Amino acid sequence: MIAGSEKEVQNVRSATVRFAGDSGDGMQLAGMRFTDTSAVIGNDVATFPDFPAEIRAPAGTVAGVSGFQVNFAATDIYTPGDEVDALVAMNPAALKANIPDVRNGGVVVVNEDEFNKVNLRKAGYPEDYNPLDDEKINNDYKLYRVPVTRLTEDALKDSTLSAKDIGRCKNMYALGVAYYLYDRPLDTTIKFLEDFFGKKKNMPEVAEANIKVLKAGFHFGETAEMFPVRYHVDKAPIEPGTYRRITGNEAAAMGLVAASAKSGKQLIYCTYPITPASDILHYLAAMRHFGVKTFQAEDEIAGICSAIGVSYAGQLGVTGTSGPGLALKSEALGLAVITELPLVVINVQRGGPSTGLPTKTEQSDLLQAMYGRNGDSPVVVLAARSPSDCFYMAIEAVRLAFDSMIPVVLLSDGYIANGAEPWKLPDPDTIPKIPVRHADQSDLNADGVFQPYQRDDKLARPWAAPGTPNLQHRVGGLEKMNVAGSVCYDGENHQLMTNIRAEKINRIAKRIPKLAVDGESTGDLLVLGWGGTYGAITTAVRRAQSKGLKVSAAHLQYLNPFPSNLGEVLKSFKRVLIPELNTGQLRSLIRGKYLVDARGLNKIQGQPFLVEEIVETIDLMLADKFGDREFVQPHHHHVSLDNQSIEPYLGEPVG
Amino acid sequence: MATQEDVKLTVLTAKDFASNQDVRWCPGCGDYAILNQVKKVLAKIGSRKEKTVFIAGIGCSSRFPYYVDTYGMHSIHGRAPAFATGVKLANPELDVWLVTGDGDGLSIGGNHLIHALRRNVNINIMLFNNRIYGLTKGQYSPTSEEGKKTKSSPMGSIDMPLSPISIAVGAEASFVARAVDVDKDLGTMLERAAEHKGTSFVEIYQDCNVFNHFAFKYATDKSTKEDSIVRLEHGKPLIFGADRDKGIRLTMDGKPEIVELGKGIKEDDLLFHDENDERHAFLLSRLMQPEFPEPMGVFYRIADECYEDLLQQQVDAAVKARGAGDLRKLLYAGDTYEIKNPGEGVQSAGLHE
Repeated sequence: MIAGSEKEVQNVRSATVRFAGDSGDGMQLAGMRFTDTSAVIGNDVATFPDFPAEIRAPAGTVAGVSGFQVNFAATDIYTPGDEVDALVAMNPAALKANIPDVRNGGVVVVNEDEFNKVNLRKAGYPEDYNPLDDEKINNDYKLYRVPVTRLTEDALKDSTLSAKDIGRCKNMYALGVAYYLYDRPLDTTIKFLEDFFGKKKNMPEVAEANIKVLKAGFHFGETAEMFPVRYHVDKAPIEPGTYRRITGNEAAAMGLVAASAKSGKQLIYCTYPITPASDILHYLAAMRHFGVKTFQAEDEIAGICSAIGVSYAGQLGVTGTSGPGLALKSEALGLAVITELPLVVINVQRGGPSTGLPTKTEQSDLLQAMYGRNGDSPVVVLAARSPSDCFYMAIEAVRLAFDSMIPVVLLSDGYIANGAEPWKLPDPDTIPKIPVRHADQSDLNADGVFQPYQRDDKLARPWAAPGTPNLQHRVGGLEKMNVAGSVCYDGENHQLMTNIRAEKINRIAKRIPKLAVDGESTGDLLVLGWGGTYGAITTAVRRAQSKGLKVSAAHLQYLNPFPSNLGEVLKSFKRVLIPELNTGQLRSLIRGKYLVDARGLNKIQGQPFLVEEIVETIDLMLADKFGDREFVQPHHHHVSLDNQSIEPYLGEPVG
Repeated sequence: MATQEDVKLTVLTAKDFASNQDVRWCPGCGDYAILNQVKKVLAKIGSRKEKTVFIAGIGCSSRFPYYVDTYGMHSIHGRAPAFATGVKLANPELDVWLVTGDGDGLSIGGNHLIHALRRNVNINIMLFNNRIYGLTKGQYSPTSEEGKKTKSSPMGSIDMPLSPISIAVGAEASFVARAVDVDKDLGTMLERAAEHKGTSFVEIYQDCNVFNHFAFKYATDKSTKEDSIVRLEHGKPLIFGADRDKGIRLTMDGKPEIVELGKGIKEDDLLFHDENDERHAFLLSRLMQPEFPEPMGVFYRIADECYEDLLQQQVDAAVKARGAGDLRKLLYAGDTYEIKNPGEGVQSAGLHE
């Protein structure tokens, strides 16, 4: 509790705060600072950054609004929250874009100074209308008008900084107000500002100005007779240990470095920049001291081809991309399949098809990963389920690639790639070594001949690195004769090789964990998910369980092969619901393979699920309201059985 | 069983580089002559089988790796430079040869070729130019002449052909040469390419005797050859002709013209070849039949650092500056905090690297 505070403090179990402003307003930074502070004082946290596709869309427009949402709680949480309890809006466009997500009675803090005629027009509000004067808005929300711009300038009137730089401190004022409202200490942020601006960037005057403004914002909350109530969120019962905040892309990069260290193979990351995967390249480019080489290739195709070259030469070749890039890589991925080389492809999914929604999340590349190549060319497909899980799944991808001499596609998505969560750091010594075997002279047969498609019990072929005497061999895209490895057009051999490539995947199923069920192992409904929807599904299912419903959850991290007990799990429940951020890609796989009447909740809006959307669908399923519908979709944050038709939206027929 | 030591001591001959695969090019294909020259050169420069990698794309020429007993990859169409780059990043010690064609290297793979050249990865690129698509049975290629009648251009190609040498010089290549499949100088060019540290690019005129026979007859037929090509020698004037009586000089406004020696024109008046002059190399790359004899030999050569060495230097510098990477430090760097008893968070500084 902050000393000197005399106002009413309300205890709440959790709260969701969203910072929103122009993409240049520093909202991501403010949100991250708020997150770190909340984590350090012992809350569980989950975040969701949401930025515009354009780097700097026209200032003041709705297209240029950037947001950062953080959910912090005194209990375990898995999602950044459905509804916003407090919105900080730095301009009219930010208010307009975000106010629909604020719960009724929620807090809205606006930077009053920016609500002038020009900005209101840029935001697309009608002439002579100011939302701050709107009666409905004032009734529905606790609206606080704070002159952030003016007060920031006042706080820095003696500063030597330029007017522009002073303007850039506004986010710290807003953050200070938010800290006051939610009873958070300033010390973590002050230390960050000192380290980041003061030491790292060597701009102590910028650090000082930001700290001054941060404090001014906090004191404004304290002194102004504006906020009758502040809120307090208690510490969560978090397992003891050392924690840090981690995003999925950071975790994936660290996982690859860890896999390199644990396998003794040099990591060479060959890629082409693409949103939202580029951060993996940025993190790895700064890790040369681990022996990590990064290669920014001329295009997506060269990215994967050079990674395959790395693998052929005996090191750890990895490429990363997003949906359109995976499409470009598909021919080369087929080459990795037929040459049976280890390769890891990380695909951070985004909204598609084509360029689609580059900064928004989606899970619509599952079938592309599974089948998006010519010929029967199976690859291992894994999916990380949370930001920190990207670390472990990246290691797992490398392990399986080496173990079976096979390409592995690891699916992440924009939501977990950019979203953050607290991560209880593992002891690196407890991460198992990844065994790697290169062929040597003992691989020569009795006649002294090396057979590049000889196989072990996993059906893996030997990995003979160039430079090794007597193991010269040629690989390539033409079908090869099993064992001998020479070019072979024989039909029976092609069938055998096709079967072997499939069987390699099947055998992996015996070496991966069985699917765990969260809840009872039988019941009325199984909610089956994969990838980044883990948090929302887990939260929704636990809520249903706490109401006494016989609902369990299971989450797939292995999609090819599926865990060996998946069929059994599916058959133990009366109904199966598969929520996905696509039109039903896992559902079609499950229906096809297990002949289970699985139903879907399918959201294709570039946004993650709200917990409420899944809760509502669970209720519909349990009440047997689906009828013949194979799936339902949420509309405006609610799931109903109507609204399935596109007819009302088609406009007048032409001609 | 041979040990590594034994392998080092063995002197290899051209025959040792032949693989056990039947060579399946059409009888009479120019590729045979090139394959023979390559095997001879490998033996001559003391290449080790286990240290040599041949990488190819797709096309007739790209079957090459199957026919040499080294490491090799027959990759996908146009992308061989990217695979070769990956191999060199992983193991800079390997001798990497790249085999491509006019379709593979300049059409579908044009992008990768120019980027390999500008990066100067230490690989040897042989581009077999037969001015036709052979494997797909006779369509025009990016080097087919305008008006070329093929199955896909029955009324004549309306594509402007490009010059592989001009492309290479324009793409910042550090070694650019040209030779003819059956010419005695091919071996010398390949030796010099192998010697060069950085990307070497050798365009090889290659006869497709099925779909584009005699495309380079002017450069191979004894009766026309010496009048149709000019052999480049560093520091020497550009003289050609069966009787070595013709030369190339620059006009007052810098344009090349053919002159006859004697009649008041001395060797000193001619254009002298300078392997280290990029603009001169580009000018030479524009000399084409039938107006001019086509230059053969090394057009351009400059010493420059290789991509894979620069990358390794960055790794070494980073290790020197920051110490070898430590996984624990990496994970525990940044804003870490301790949760001691449930709910008691204490920020720690983290192990900043």
